[in-house]
Amino acid sequence: MHILEGNAVTKHFGGLAAVSHVDFAVDPGQVVGLIGPNGAGKTTLFNLISGALVPESGTIRFQEAAITGLKPHLICRKGLARTFQSVRIFPHLSAHANVQVAALFGRTDRRSVAEANQETVELLEFVGLSGLESLPAKDLKLPSQKRLEVARALATQPQLLLLDELMAGLNPTEVAGAMDLVYRIRDRGVTLFLIEHVMKAIMSVCDRIMVLHHGEKIAEGTPQEIATSRAVVDVYLGE
Amino acid sequence: MRTHRTILKSLGGLVLLVLAMALLAGLPLYASAYTVILITSILMYIILAMSWAMFSGPTGYISLAPAAFFGVGIYTAAVLGLELPLPLVILLAGVGSFCLALLVGGLTLRLKGIYFVIFTIGLVELIKNLVLWYEVTFTGTRGRFVVPVDNNTVYHVMLTILVLLLLTAYLIRRSRFGLALQSIGEDEQAAAHVGVNVNPLKMIVFAVSAVFMGAAGAIMATRWSYVDPYIAFNPLFSFMAVLMAIFGGLGKFYGPMLGAVIIAYLEETLITRFPYYYMLIFGLVLVATILFLPGGLVGLAPKLRSWTARRERAHPGG
Amino acid sequence: MRGCLFAEWLSPVEEISTPLDSLHCDCYGREGAIVIVTILDVVIAGLLLGGLYALIAMGLSLQYGVARVLNVSHGEFIMLGGLITWTLTTQFGLNPLAALAVCGPLTFLLGYILHRTIFRRLASTAESVGVFEGNSMLASFGLMFIIQNLALVIWGPEIRGYSYLARPVNIGGALFGANRLLTLGFALVIGLIFYLYLARTRMGKAIRAAAQDRDAAALMGININYVLAICFALGAAMAGIAGMLISMSYPVNAVMGFEYTTIAIIVVVLGGLGSIPGSFIGGFLLGLVGSVVTYFQPGLALAAYYAIFILLLLIRPTGIMGR
Repeated sequence: MHILEGNAVTKHFGGLAAVSHVDFAVDPGQVVGLIGPNGAGKTTLFNLISGALVPESGTIRFQEAAITGLKPHLICRKGLARTFQSVRIFPHLSAHANVQVAALFGRTDRRSVAEANQETVELLEFVGLSGLESLPAKDLKLPSQKRLEVARALATQPQLLLLDELMAGLNPTEVAGAMDLVYRIRDRGVTLFLIEHVMKAIMSVCDRIMVLHHGEKIAEGTPQEIATSRAVVDVYLGE
Repeated sequence: MRTHRTILKSLGGLVLLVLAMALLAGLPLYASAYTVILITSILMYIILAMSWAMFSGPTGYISLAPAAFFGVGIYTAAVLGLELPLPLVILLAGVGSFCLALLVGGLTLRLKGIYFVIFTIGLVELIKNLVLWYEVTFTGTRGRFVVPVDNNTVYHVMLTILVLLLLTAYLIRRSRFGLALQSIGEDEQAAAHVGVNVNPLKMIVFAVSAVFMGAAGAIMATRWSYVDPYIAFNPLFSFMAVLMAIFGGLGKFYGPMLGAVIIAYLEETLITRFPYYYMLIFGLVLVATILFLPGGLVGLAPKLRSWTARRERAHPGG
Repeated sequence: MRGCLFAEWLSPVEEISTPLDSLHCDCYGREGAIVIVTILDVVIAGLLLGGLYALIAMGLSLQYGVARVLNVSHGEFIMLGGLITWTLTTQFGLNPLAALAVCGPLTFLLGYILHRTIFRRLASTAESVGVFEGNSMLASFGLMFIIQNLALVIWGPEIRGYSYLARPVNIGGALFGANRLLTLGFALVIGLIFYLYLARTRMGKAIRAAAQDRDAAALMGININYVLAICFALGAAMAGIAGMLISMSYPVNAVMGFEYTTIAIIVVVLGGLGSIPGSFIGGFLLGLVGSVVTYFQPGLALAAYYAIFILLLLIRPTGIMGR
């Protein structure tokens, strides 16, 4: 059973096909990568999956149930969470409050404030932000903000987490830390679907990789297969 | 973890609050009629400012509709005051405003914020025109007489509405829904992605805020004895609500209340000394606040603190 | 009978007649003669009204579409144009058209100064576009009361009017005031001039660039702050000129502005937020609607506009030409 699958998902903006007849499938427990040059449609695909955008055609199924066209908050409550490329934390709320609101609203069962608080503290510790809970999120440095966004997404107790360029803007040490975080999230039992540009990271962390170019899927396979694929190399070298 | 200090602080605060309530409740017993009327006005303004801030504060959706809801309340009292007992009239005014707000919210809150703002800007003008047309076409009269109610009753009703509002606003603010509202104001789409059902929440809070504006309008109408669409549906009430809330500051719960008390008291003095200029002065206050003190009065203390902290860092030791 | 211009001036009324009210009857002379109303009559009346709306909305569209200021005080500039013209005409004996030379530049200057002092500063201190839009809208709300109060102090609350070119012109059997036809002519001419201005002049091109993509325009060396201030000022000037035109045909007073602001906002939404040609077209469309509705039920025109607004919100919020 695929935890996430999409069939012929399509979205146009104006006359341009941002995502064109893309099929995809993610199995539970996997770490799947999504790569492609800038403008390939990767974030658009994530937007279509998370409910931020509605596909014109095609279907998306999560845990066997259709989620095409559902509102984001419903998809979140079903167990699908995401982070954003441009780190959309709640800037004026404290780090604690950022995660707490997700813990309170992100699940189908209602949690008490005390339970949500407990979870928040645990998650902040999990991502390594203990001690920074009361700072307004805008005062955190970028790597910490990214971790905060991950903690917030995890607070909704997802089965599948979409990470959009978690490692963008990080220096090599921070990238290593982010990779470690990805492994630890996987070890918690969360399936991962990542968009990344940092090739070294994605090659080592992913079980399978999908490649998009101009909105179309041009390759799919293990990191080994992708690294040696003619089509993929052309696309990247040709840029 | 609550220390002894915080427990003492909240206990002390509670005692103060009870004292204040007792004092206010008993006002007609020891104050002059003029004072009672003045305080009634101030209470009305607090209601307008606090209920406006209840929704527009955390979400950032700026509503210019208070005048419309207030006016609906006024006209409800004018139309129903002869036939129904006062408590029912006030309740119906609240319900009417609630329904209107749900309609407005349902139409506009699912779209970009600007549509909501635009819709509320003209709403008071629209309703005024509709009521005017109705009166000209069907009833043949312009305006109505309102059943008068004695000043002390008006005062107590207004006080009750205010207490209910403060309770509601405080509970919402401190609840998970208050947090959700704030997250909507910070980044609505991100809030949706962490499970907040944004549209119904916005609509309901907006509608609840309208209830108190309508109720306040209904009871205030009984003081005016004659109302017509121009008196009832006046953008001035939206302006005052917004001015007071922003001048007081939206960062703290009591900010709009503080702003309302100061501005309302200022209005009393200005109306007598500069009856032809007080709107000008208030307009300047609003513009100046937005330009130079966007956090309002409650934002002043943190600003001063950070300003002195910066000075300390620049010149340590003075 | 409702709507007779002269009769309304002479009898004391608290409410001023607006272009909305006066469509129903075209009568001249104290007795009031009932005129045949034909479809042509309604359509032409709609175009006359529409020309006014188009002009007012274009100004607001410039201010919101380019400078991102939802100027709630827009109607007050209209009011200023009207009252200034009244003063120049009745106190100084000037021809209202000559007053154009005063109204236009004066409101332009006022708009420019306000943008340079208030809105520019707001733009530099706002953390995001959304915050700026909110704050500038609120600031303009404050301005509305400031300007209105000043007008009340200077001109008082009385309704002011004067007669100019009130003689009727016969078009297809229906009578229209020459002053109102002049208004339409003006609106069209100004629309044309403005179109040419945007298309041919350097500043016009800069404005179009800024309207499309402000950051890109700034990067291309356009002094964006100056362009935005000019846009705001031009919008204010259009309002002032519209006020002058209104004063030729209808009475004016210090509190007339807000209703026009409301109408202008609806037209801007109808035309599409950010589209100046859309506002022009939308103005005429709404004018026609107003004329038709007023024929059947005078006093419901604004409600009809709001009904259209609601329809837009339900079906196509981006408006006719919105992006």
